[in-house]
Amino acid sequence: MVHDKTISSRIFSAINFTLLALIALITILPIMHVVAGSFTTTAELAANKFVLIPKVWSLEAYKYIFSTNTIFKAMGVSIGVTVIGTFFSLLITSLMAYALARRDLDGRKMVNFMVVFTMLFHGGMIPTFLVVKELGLIDTYASLILPSAISAFNMIILKTFFQNIPDGLEESAKIDGCNDFGILFRIVLPLSLPALATIGLFYAVTYWNTYMNAILYLDDSTKWPIQVLLRQIVVLASGMDHSATLDAAAPPPDQTIKMAVIVVATLPILCVYPFLQKHFAKGAMLGSMKG
Amino acid sequence: MQPEPEIYKSSSVLKKRLWRNKLLYVMLIPGVLYFIIFKYLPMYGLIISFQDYKPYKGIMGSDWVGMKHFSRLFTEPDFLNILVNTLVLFGMNILIYFPIPIILALMLNELQGTFFKRTFQSLFYIPHFLSWVIVVSISFVMVTMDGGIINELLSYFGFKQINFLLDPGWFRPMYIIQVIWREAGWGTIIYLASIAAIDPGLYEASRMDGAGRIRQVWHITLPAIRGVIITLFILKIGSVLDLGFEHVYLLLNSMNREVAEIIDTYVYTAGLRQGQFSYSTAIGFFKSIVGLIMVMSVNKLSKKMGEEGVY
Repeated sequence: MVHDKTISSRIFSAINFTLLALIALITILPIMHVVAGSFTTTAELAANKFVLIPKVWSLEAYKYIFSTNTIFKAMGVSIGVTVIGTFFSLLITSLMAYALARRDLDGRKMVNFMVVFTMLFHGGMIPTFLVVKELGLIDTYASLILPSAISAFNMIILKTFFQNIPDGLEESAKIDGCNDFGILFRIVLPLSLPALATIGLFYAVTYWNTYMNAILYLDDSTKWPIQVLLRQIVVLASGMDHSATLDAAAPPPDQTIKMAVIVVATLPILCVYPFLQKHFAKGAMLGSMKG
Repeated sequence: MQPEPEIYKSSSVLKKRLWRNKLLYVMLIPGVLYFIIFKYLPMYGLIISFQDYKPYKGIMGSDWVGMKHFSRLFTEPDFLNILVNTLVLFGMNILIYFPIPIILALMLNELQGTFFKRTFQSLFYIPHFLSWVIVVSISFVMVTMDGGIINELLSYFGFKQINFLLDPGWFRPMYIIQVIWREAGWGTIIYLASIAAIDPGLYEASRMDGAGRIRQVWHITLPAIRGVIITLFILKIGSVLDLGFEHVYLLLNSMNREVAEIIDTYVYTAGLRQGQFSYSTAIGFFKSIVGLIMVMSVNKLSKKMGEEGVY
């Protein structure tokens, strides 16, 4: 932006840069510490305290956590819920957003208001729990998806995006004999890939991070997703409610093991992040400016 | 929008239009069903806060008790305590957390050269994508007395080790540090977007007038994003009692309950653990109404002050 070369301006820049670099370190060091710690031995971690690049590499912790199938199972649940949930959410969010984006639809204002109102007022935890229970969703994987299948915020972002697609494209498709579904799936959605990627990422992260729905609606611990298992292994074992951990008699797991479980629960996000980074910044701005 | 000609309002034309858009209505069905079932049915379910709800009797069969559960709210010392805890955490969010993304965005904006700007931004956004469970877990392995790095450092420098997880005095600092670590970077996005929309000519002109960098930030950038700051402030105020269940629930244990129990966690414990459905629904209802009133009144206030408001 500003390119003045006065001394005071340079000092300002230097201080500013240093502070930002420091903040970046604070942001990233804890994550690196945990990742590095998970790849070393307990002895090495105890000797060196803070590890950023392990001197002794070891897969001990990972071997241990994958020695039973508890973690595999939980990962499977999380992956399944994330894939199916993201696809399902994107589909019904797009359908709704597209219909509401069409200015010639009678009643769209009413539906719009119905959606926005839910952002301001909601029934709360217990009534929602009772609805989920009445629907027979307790202890089903669907309870991790259906109660939060559409985010009103995401729907509005997508609607705004669809509205900015020139009407002429739709008109000409209609003249060529396309119906509304054809227009949506053949023209509008392919043109909206950046927006879909953004919203898809938001949904995917939400599903991968699913925790509250799981503790509310799943009593059966064999159905737990990875986040709930992570809490059992790290949070409860680190606190003092030892009685609440999986096995009261067992000693709390080693630091390296806890770190390995954290990494496993974080891994997909760390893998996807670099690829979609560009998109979501754009998408989030779109949403925040016009939403 | 232009006033529609009279002819379009006649019912036969309306019917035609409805029929022409039938596929769009089909598209709306799943979404509308979702909102009715998972958002509006629970609102209907709020009426159990005026009943002594018994699951086997259902909403239709349970006895009406009027305002009993609401009056209990204001006489129960427990409730006063969780209200205070909630307000304290909210106050910390407003006073400590809220300004940080603004400052961070201003700093990023002053950075010369896109490479570092992009790099820092990418790093700052990462924690937002980690779940609360992960954030809390990372900090737990760092502060545990069981070989956590923070306590190791404390004893290395000759200080006494601190039991951060069980000491009630450390609950609030840990809470707000985690909020800042996870959200501050992400919070800059919207400010950066509105800074990007500022006319560069303003900076040119101010430089002609001899304004230094700090003066430019103070007199140009900051006023230019005033509207966004106020809008976000309104949204924040509106969520006064809504701190989010997960984060606090994860930090909560039997030692820090006195300071850590908030409305959301209490609703969970009293409602689902102890089966006091009606009472905890009344608490949730109270929370939602306060939130609604807050958003609407702060919004009105901001419109009076000449700002845009949220809706």
